[in-house]
Amino acid sequence: MKITFLLNGETVELSGINPTATLLDWLREERGLTGTKEGCNEGDCGACTVMVTDEGGAKALNACILFLPQLHGKAVRTVEGASSPEGEAHPVQQAMVDYHGSQCGFCTPGFVMSMVAGHANGATDHDTQLAGNLCRCTGYAPIIRAAQAAEAHPVPVWVKDKPDTSAAASPMLPGSSDELADVYAAHPDATLVAGATDVGLWVTKQLRELDPVIFLNRCDDLKEISVTDDRVRFGAMVDMNRMGEAMADLHPSYAEMIRRYASVQVRHAATVGGNIANGSPIGDNPPALIALGATLHLRKGNDRRDVPLEEFFIDYGKQDRAQAEFVEAVSFARQVDRLKVYKLSKRFDQDISAVCGCFNITVTDGNVTDARIAFGGMAGTPKRAAAVEAALVGKPWTHDTVLAALPAFDSDFTPMTDMRASANYRQETAKAMLERYYFEDQGQVTNVLEVSA
Amino acid sequence: MSVTKPLPHDAAPLHVAGTARYVDDIPTPKGTLHLAFGISPIAKGKVTAMDLSAVKSADGVVSVMTAEDLPFSNDVSPSIHDEPLLSDGTVNYIGQPVFLVIATSHLAARKAARLGKIDYAEEDAILTIEDALAANSRFEEGPRIYAKGDADAAIAGAAHVIEGEFELGGQEHFYLEGQAALAVPNEGADMLVHSSTQHPTEIQHKVADALGVPMHAVRVETRRMGGGFGGKESQGNALAVACAIAARATGKACKMRYDRDDDMIITGKRHAFRIAYRAGFDAHGHIKGVSFLHHAICGWAQDLSLPVADRAMLHSDNAYLLPNARIESHRLKTNTQSATAYRGFGGPQGMVGIERVMDHAAHTLGLDPVELRRRNYYEPAHAPVMEQTEPTRKPMGHVDPTEDLTSLGAVEQVTTPPPVRPVPEGGNTTPYGMEVTDFELHGMTDKLLETSDYVARKAAIDKWNAENPVIKKGIAFSPVKFGISFTLTHLNQAGALVHVYQDGSVHLNHGGTEMGQGLFQKVAQVAASRFGIPLEMVKITATDTAKVPNTSATAASSGSDLNGMAVKAACDTIRDRMADYLAEQHQSEAANVTFSDGHVEVGEERYTFAEAAALTYQGRVSLSATGFYKTPKIEWDRIKGRGRPFFYFAYGASITEVAVDTLTGENRILRTDILHDAGASLNPALDIGQVEGAYVQGAGWLTTEELVWDDKGNLRTHAPSTYKIPACSDRPDVFNVDLWGGENREDTIYRSKAVGEPPFMLGISAWLAMSNAVAACGEGYPALDAPATAEEVWNGVQRMRRGGG
Repeated sequence: MKITFLLNGETVELSGINPTATLLDWLREERGLTGTKEGCNEGDCGACTVMVTDEGGAKALNACILFLPQLHGKAVRTVEGASSPEGEAHPVQQAMVDYHGSQCGFCTPGFVMSMVAGHANGATDHDTQLAGNLCRCTGYAPIIRAAQAAEAHPVPVWVKDKPDTSAAASPMLPGSSDELADVYAAHPDATLVAGATDVGLWVTKQLRELDPVIFLNRCDDLKEISVTDDRVRFGAMVDMNRMGEAMADLHPSYAEMIRRYASVQVRHAATVGGNIANGSPIGDNPPALIALGATLHLRKGNDRRDVPLEEFFIDYGKQDRAQAEFVEAVSFARQVDRLKVYKLSKRFDQDISAVCGCFNITVTDGNVTDARIAFGGMAGTPKRAAAVEAALVGKPWTHDTVLAALPAFDSDFTPMTDMRASANYRQETAKAMLERYYFEDQGQVTNVLEVSA
Repeated sequence: MSVTKPLPHDAAPLHVAGTARYVDDIPTPKGTLHLAFGISPIAKGKVTAMDLSAVKSADGVVSVMTAEDLPFSNDVSPSIHDEPLLSDGTVNYIGQPVFLVIATSHLAARKAARLGKIDYAEEDAILTIEDALAANSRFEEGPRIYAKGDADAAIAGAAHVIEGEFELGGQEHFYLEGQAALAVPNEGADMLVHSSTQHPTEIQHKVADALGVPMHAVRVETRRMGGGFGGKESQGNALAVACAIAARATGKACKMRYDRDDDMIITGKRHAFRIAYRAGFDAHGHIKGVSFLHHAICGWAQDLSLPVADRAMLHSDNAYLLPNARIESHRLKTNTQSATAYRGFGGPQGMVGIERVMDHAAHTLGLDPVELRRRNYYEPAHAPVMEQTEPTRKPMGHVDPTEDLTSLGAVEQVTTPPPVRPVPEGGNTTPYGMEVTDFELHGMTDKLLETSDYVARKAAIDKWNAENPVIKKGIAFSPVKFGISFTLTHLNQAGALVHVYQDGSVHLNHGGTEMGQGLFQKVAQVAASRFGIPLEMVKITATDTAKVPNTSATAASSGSDLNGMAVKAACDTIRDRMADYLAEQHQSEAANVTFSDGHVEVGEERYTFAEAAALTYQGRVSLSATGFYKTPKIEWDRIKGRGRPFFYFAYGASITEVAVDTLTGENRILRTDILHDAGASLNPALDIGQVEGAYVQGAGWLTTEELVWDDKGNLRTHAPSTYKIPACSDRPDVFNVDLWGGENREDTIYRSKAVGEPPFMLGISAWLAMSNAVAACGEGYPALDAPATAEEVWNGVQRMRRGGG
């Protein structure tokens, strides 16, 4: 495979690359650019953060789970390229020195690059922007002070990359859904890589050899978001940051879940199609989409079919997807927003849910007229709480009705114990989430994130 | 003068540019090989057959070694030689290195390491405290017991008795830079080792033993670590020794770094404890006696577990004068990772024990928890101090009945002043017989209560809790008194090497290592101050066993205290020589030669420091000197539990406010106020950085950071995806950190105090605040375990709703 991209402003052409070589290994081992660090090799610490600029703008990404072919036609900027070619420090670099934002310094290049990217985009929600960067030394306070201090400075010209998208791409980097359908039909045994936030770990942790690999990131038509009067549709390659922005007005609670979904870096890579297609029982999108009554749009060659999303998940590790079939989009009806998504995890930011409870309960004239409730983390698949729904529909919307419905959780779910939570805690907090939905609906303070000293 | 200035970390410009070099960043010689361990998949058993043919034939593999291939010592233990580099035929935990792969790349080595086919005769593993007690599996012959007075009798006679037991989890260090080493074979039998270690001399010693050479043949260099926190005091031995052996065997440079998951599976962590307590209080909340039972889970090898468990015992008093105390400590041997040093070195565990007692007692007695604590504080400091910023208040028997407590920001309306607490016969002494002469917490507590607006906020929280059924708030105070010095007395020494070149520039070296704490900058500030020169003239160089020998680990918060003094001694030696020479040349007295503002003045003459250095050189006077320091006054008998193990104590106090969701147990820190005692700070910016970072790390230990092993002994939380250290938004929304403007009452470097570990324990207030919030859910005492994860907080809420814990 042959690719070309910009590295700190200079054109790089590579041929004969291993499709699953990571940017991090290549930077450190082939280019001797050791400023980018390996902290965890799974996208959870941010020490390897680089800035990648493409047609969508400047994005912070984790280099450890970024395969080189994903960079074709883009521009990469590492910490070595944060300061000007003449050595002038970027404002965030100077602020990090002035405000004592580094101690051991190992996480620092990653923080700097997240801050460079955030600064380039004018972002000031620093806690969210930096949720994907772990620091064990500082307690973060001085880093946030540095980020705030840098806000006032203009974006330096040297970090404004202009990627060259003109170079032809390998057939394994299809440019549209049609091209993907063709190449996948020709290589039905291929591994599809959307954002590599999951497949990346197959390579870096499970040490699997993947070949052939088809990269979907150039399929622009799969990145479309369409919001009409009666339907909302997300192409499979819509990344989670864009999805969050689109959801902010439609279903704010969904958008807030996405704000806590992994990190900025991971959300720039992770796609809604990937989150569905990998079939994980703890992905956060499927239960929320099921609660919205979503339909999954699948394609194989030129054949397309639609399935209700909940029917796509057959069993743990088993989905209703034929060989060479891929997820093209997911859509759901425009509706009055009654959705609440409750993501429960040990840590608020960048943590996989122990339980993700999604409630979409319609109340008309004081009675529950519709209820779609789905959970992640409670079964081998994302799963609807059918018995709970049945216990609510047709009843008056009261605390008593909620309490009366709680035992139905025991017929819907038999969760398991693992390192994230015990079975009992999962079951009981799933119930508590229904109560929370009710209390929240009644205007009570229920969100610990919205409380201050 | 350079000391006391809030200068940035010396390497900060390199950190932010990505040019600060860590072990894995060092350019390697051509042909460098890479290593990985094949590890045990079972917790206990014997190897019955080993087929490594697939490993040997894997792509890129150069060689594979087992214990039989090791030429000399197969030992990487820092204590009693019970930790083989490679399994000697028995395996003792999941993750124990069994064989060593030497390959052409890091990835090739990792891949090959998974191909070993090893048969084991599996044995029943000892994984829990119950397992260990049933099998009497322990280090040392039996429990250590330290005692003062007669605790049992005192408790029996007390008006109020509280008792309980709780679990206190361990903690993964999660240094961002994983363990790493690079060994480069030099000519003859010599070996150069770059190691990410807090203890270069230990690496030198273990490598020399493994290679069968004297220590002089091994040179260890450590420029910096990407975090240590105690996790690189002994845990780097295996990598450095493996690299050296492989380098000797192949003649090539060899590098090893653990992938994060391997790092977490192989290396030791903070000791988990179970602590049972029984305590008696009088009607006024004065403690009469307390008895602790510690069960420390030490893992499979002894490592540093004895001094860790000792230090837990030594901090079971924390800030409180205990008239009668008994601490019994069992050090249990289990088939898990060998628990090791971690910031605080057992002190935090001991301190959590007594803070739990105070919290429980305040709840039972219905006293404000701050007030109860203050009534039990040690007596205030009496030792004279040169420039004391706060007057020493209060005579012995510290609660002054005539004093108006409310006007001092006290915590409740005291209508009847509590009676004076009688000072026990033994005086103001710890349970191990050390007199406390530097106790700062009375004044610190007063000030913190005032600056944090504690009384008003506590009332506001009560009001909130009365009005809000779902979200409850809590607030808690906790003090810290942490003993400074290695309890193994001979470790309290340090050396330094200083050169002044003829252009006046200064080359500085000492035995301490830099892991982010800013030690190098502080020590350079000392050197610049001694010579009266700008900091830019001082070059800080990598720790190097060839420059300063026989160093102690950079641990026990001792770095600045020990190495600062050693550097001062070296600088003063050179300065005295310069003064002597220049005085002689100008018919003056050495005492009249001054060094300041980059100049040296002798009589009427004023030279730049560079001129003075050149003149001294031309006068054929040595401008190079070593310096040495040993901590005075300390003596300690760890078996009897008697003596003065610490030169002095460092103090701190914190108040944390939290919010808890009673439906799910989710919780967060809303505000934290800290006042910390760094003596006369060498660098307030670096010290505040240590306090902020330590607090968040301490709070993480007691809240989100949960280590989970399954019933086979598999660590299930072996990556940041499952083990959750605090992220950015987990720091307190409001985070006020101040330094107490005192001076060390002992003669330390510029009267500063050690600051690495003590503020870690300020995080205890976060755990207590969770307890306080949960207590608002019903009657009774929440009795939380640690860490207080969302699930544990939820468990506490359920207990309260069932009628108390």
